[in-house]
Amino acid sequence: MTALIELKGVEKHYGDYHALRGIDLEIRAGEFFSLLGPSGCGKTTLLRTIAGLEEVSSGSIRIDGRDMKGVAANHRPTNMVFQSYAVFPHLTVAENVGFGLRRDPRGKSEKARAVEEALDMVGLAGYGKRRAHALSGGQRQRVALARALILKPKVLLLDEPLSALDRLMREQMQLELIRLQRQVGITFILVTHDQEEALVMSDRIAVMFEGEIGQLADPETLYRRPATKRVAQFIGKMNFLPGALSADRREIDIAGLGRVATADLATSGEIDGAVSVGIRPETLAILFEGETAPRREVQGVVSEVVYYGDMTYYDVRVDGIDRPLTVSMKNLIGRPVLDVGAAARLAWDERALVLLPG
Amino acid sequence: MRGAPLRVYAILYLLFLYAPITLLPLFAFNDATIIAFPLSGFTTHWFTDLVANAALRQAVGNSLFIAAMTAIFATLLGLCAARAGAMARFPGKGGIIGFVMLPLVLPEIIVAVSLLIVLRQVLGLNLNNWTVISAHVLICTPFSIAILNGAFQNLDPSIEEAAMDLGESRFSAFRLVTLPLVMPGIISSMLIAFTISLDEFIIAFFLTGANPTMPVYIWGLLRFPAQLPVVMALGTILVALSVTLLIIAELFRRRGLARAGIKDTGGFL
Repeated sequence: MTALIELKGVEKHYGDYHALRGIDLEIRAGEFFSLLGPSGCGKTTLLRTIAGLEEVSSGSIRIDGRDMKGVAANHRPTNMVFQSYAVFPHLTVAENVGFGLRRDPRGKSEKARAVEEALDMVGLAGYGKRRAHALSGGQRQRVALARALILKPKVLLLDEPLSALDRLMREQMQLELIRLQRQVGITFILVTHDQEEALVMSDRIAVMFEGEIGQLADPETLYRRPATKRVAQFIGKMNFLPGALSADRREIDIAGLGRVATADLATSGEIDGAVSVGIRPETLAILFEGETAPRREVQGVVSEVVYYGDMTYYDVRVDGIDRPLTVSMKNLIGRPVLDVGAAARLAWDERALVLLPG
Repeated sequence: MRGAPLRVYAILYLLFLYAPITLLPLFAFNDATIIAFPLSGFTTHWFTDLVANAALRQAVGNSLFIAAMTAIFATLLGLCAARAGAMARFPGKGGIIGFVMLPLVLPEIIVAVSLLIVLRQVLGLNLNNWTVISAHVLICTPFSIAILNGAFQNLDPSIEEAAMDLGESRFSAFRLVTLPLVMPGIISSMLIAFTISLDEFIIAFFLTGANPTMPVYIWGLLRFPAQLPVVMALGTILVALSVTLLIIAELFRRRGLARAGIKDTGGFL
């Protein structure tokens, strides 16, 4: 598939502050792409450089084969949904949605029909005559979406569009955005600091730290084979254990767990020097009466219990590991919740381990 | 009644504030040249005298022209400053905005004397309406900035960007989105600047040329006791005008807030 958006060596400096450091990125046509990272990592700045709202300090941005240097936001084939939605409060919903059609040569009634269709698409049919400032947050969001999509851009840019909504509304909008993206087939680029949101919605995710891309992968790869400890920590929870590679690099001695063959471990590339091993809490299991570990087992003591209703998170101390291992257990029928101090047998599986640098 | 002393205080305060002003219309319609009680009957001939006085008409004309020009220029400058303050990022912003606001607290007599020196001695200009306008713009701009700052701070900085993103140029984004949203602030600012300029005395006294402004002319009239009721009549008109303008300014400010869907957080009235 060819790249719709190509970024080469994109840098953005504000005085001494480097907001973006040498970003190379290709985003494919029709893709739901996410820029994920903690606040201040440069993800919004990157989105704004694609939109043309910020000039790049150096490097190039091409959209659909065209160099965007010197092309202002109003001449780019992109449209944006702002974090604050930026709905024009002095206009009606229909005037907001039709705002971008001012220069459209189509007749008045055709434009009105296009506005109706756009409103219908985002579930706001019949809201056209309402004043924009009288709408709820979720409705404003939909107006902002309709307003951008009516122009049929090549790329829709979404800057933390769901962060101002409450949890229920957010989950509903996530699914709706996915549906909408499939329906219109436009490339979506989403900026978010919410890892779950990125995992749920995206085809591919670029995880950013301090103006650089830490890892670029599809959600499953990102979760199962994070490239660094930092990515692993940012996406879901993970236990880290120090490990020592054998001279021939075929085996690794993991603190508290023992030796395993490196071939069994997931990794996202060649790793030199110091290594760690990552284990997700849900890949560990506490063994109850009469259960046996399918592969490997280690003895520990429960040091902390956090009950979540559907799940219970345990911290389990294991000899030879300085920090307790976090284990998540589904609260299945008949399964007791253990107390602090209880002995626990942990089942683990080398195939769920991730080899990480550092 | 725990609130009683406070209520008395509030009433006395308002009385002290407004009682002298209520005397204006009282004596403006009183049929006597001497400003004293008891009143001696109703008349409107102070108002006809007022209209018949050519020099006074000239002074009022000067003042209206100066006030209108001041309102326009102060608001234009205030618009630029408020927009920069709200939307732009540049080094030394705080200091620069602070300096622009300084004339708000500078004693007017200082401003008047220094401007007189600069205009007459340094630049060698003749004093006329425009010298007064330049000084009035100086003292009115901070008020305009203060009013327009409110208008801009209620504005989401993304909305101008959103308009550009939707295909408008920087200028038309400003015209189509920002301008309508701050328009009530602009009108409010123009009315306030107009009112301030209209009754400003000290600066006008120093900087008017051959044609005095209305307050300066009134001050001249005070030397002739027989003319005092005419001044009262003029004062009555001015008070009515000022109050009307302030009310209009406040109505526009509130309408602006309502239009942008923002809760009211203070104002003039």
